[in-house]
Amino acid sequence: MAGILLSHTEKVYITHGVKNEYRSDGRSNIDYRPMELETDVVSHASGSARLRLANTDILVGVKTEIDVPKPDKPGLGKIEFFVDCSANATPEFEGRGGEQLANSISNIMLRAYQSAQAFNLKQLCIFEGKQCWKLYIDILILECGGNLCDAVSLAVKAALFNTRIPFVKAALMDGGNVDLQLSDDPFDSKWLDVGSAPLLVTLCRIGEKCVVDPTAEEESCSLVSLIVGVTGNPKYYNDYEDEEELPAFEAKCSVISMHGPGSVSPQNLRDAINQGIIAAVCLDEALGKTLFRERRDTEQFKRHSYGFLK
Amino acid sequence: MNENDINMTGHVSIRLASERVNHCVASSNDTPRFYTPGEVISGMQDFMRGHGTYVEDNCLKSSVAGVMQKVNKLICVRPLKSRYVGEIGDVVVGRVLEVQQRRWKVETNSRLDSILQLSSVNLPGGELRRRSAEDEQTMRKHLKEGDLISAEVQSVFADGSLSLHTRSLKYGKLSQGVLVKVFPSLIRRRKNHFHNLPCGVSVIIGNNGFIWLSPRLEEATIDENPDETKNNELQPVDSIDRETLARLKNCIAALVASKMMLDDSSIMFAYEESLKYEDVKELLDPEAMLDVAFMTQHRLNNLMDE
Repeated sequence: MAGILLSHTEKVYITHGVKNEYRSDGRSNIDYRPMELETDVVSHASGSARLRLANTDILVGVKTEIDVPKPDKPGLGKIEFFVDCSANATPEFEGRGGEQLANSISNIMLRAYQSAQAFNLKQLCIFEGKQCWKLYIDILILECGGNLCDAVSLAVKAALFNTRIPFVKAALMDGGNVDLQLSDDPFDSKWLDVGSAPLLVTLCRIGEKCVVDPTAEEESCSLVSLIVGVTGNPKYYNDYEDEEELPAFEAKCSVISMHGPGSVSPQNLRDAINQGIIAAVCLDEALGKTLFRERRDTEQFKRHSYGFLK
Repeated sequence: MNENDINMTGHVSIRLASERVNHCVASSNDTPRFYTPGEVISGMQDFMRGHGTYVEDNCLKSSVAGVMQKVNKLICVRPLKSRYVGEIGDVVVGRVLEVQQRRWKVETNSRLDSILQLSSVNLPGGELRRRSAEDEQTMRKHLKEGDLISAEVQSVFADGSLSLHTRSLKYGKLSQGVLVKVFPSLIRRRKNHFHNLPCGVSVIIGNNGFIWLSPRLEEATIDENPDETKNNELQPVDSIDRETLARLKNCIAALVASKMMLDDSSIMFAYEESLKYEDVKELLDPEAMLDVAFMTQHRLNNLMDE
């Protein structure tokens, strides 16, 4: 990713810190920096969210459109990711500079969302074989302070949680074509079920150990990083009356990807994946609670938007 | 909002924009008037146009976001965020970007990269000696790409780029430690920018907004032969020093979030106030940051009153 220059002795300092489980800002290897989240920031999108993790700033908008399902998957909707690296983030992104990074992020997001256990595309179906919803997820990277993938996946899940899909009032069959009538009332709509949507956790291997939520400096110390996509627990995203009736939850890995020239031994890989799953479960719980708190606040009173003004 | 909700999982904290902390610590009567770009400062009647201002429609307007300064009839607007504008004699911390012919290119947070001439560094063996062709070929042995140095501004070129020198024992290559980057406008100009804090850390507060924190070196290591210092500088820093460095780093971040001026006393006050947070990572929380900055401001005010 966008690497920065460090001197040899600074790298030595960071590496020794990771070895002692004490990083340069006092975090241990499994701590995340505090994040700030706001949903519903873009009024003309169906759902949107903005997430700020230290200096990493991500804005996500979700747009919905009616499309024809693929012939081999007539009952499923469609989902598409597009990442835009703004040149505001770093001058390296100017022109086509950020394209490679953008493609790699959108590919890994698409792979993470592909599994039926990660995101249920059936809920996007309108009329089997004829019509379905297509979600366009636009991700804008406004500032780059390390750990892009994790921040992107959190912001995407928050934006999907905030997405409303209008109800279909009537469908007219006209020959082979379907003519849909959508409800005009913006509140006559359903929320998406995103409980199991995956979160990505980047594990940077520095020395012999792995850290989560690396800063830009730590990223440039590491030779190899592992990205693990872990499915979420629907418990945190739904208002279940009786929690005990829920089926036992097990976090599943929906994608694993490695970046960088370094290597990982099989034993380290297993440990790293386990560490990633633990981190993802923590993230998922925190995100779900925050989103619920915001939805409760919105229902109680007319919330005003904060956006980028401090 | 109850505290437990936010810190429930310990390792992760996500807060809402509506719970955002306002980092302002100045009391309402001494906050300076803040001008935004394009804002009218005054009519043009006998005022002089200084830095950060322009004239349009017979009015003097601000061209940057910052506070106004008036010297007799000259009006300037000092921007809050800007690149570093160097002055001769300033202490800076910089990073070597490139090794060129008889000079190094150094990043110092200025608009243009700074220059460190081969003739303005102390080479091993003798204060005054001619730079030979051999010296030119082994420049990378001395300083290579990515290395951090502390230096002094020797002169400013016509285009505003800086020429640095390291001709003193206190300047030169920096070893293990942490670099913190802040706005140059937050650095208070002092006689001395090298400090040995009582908590066992030495700090270089560069005028360019780069602050270098490192464990204090024992005096003995400086005089020893170069091979031994080379080994010494790769030794792991012990965990007590590491914790102090992390705490100082987070304290500086807290002061910067509240836009407070940085010098050795404000940093040391913040450090002392932060000691009530036992775990250093608690200082990453915006509420703790505000608390530290507020207490520091309080102590600085008391100091001024005395």
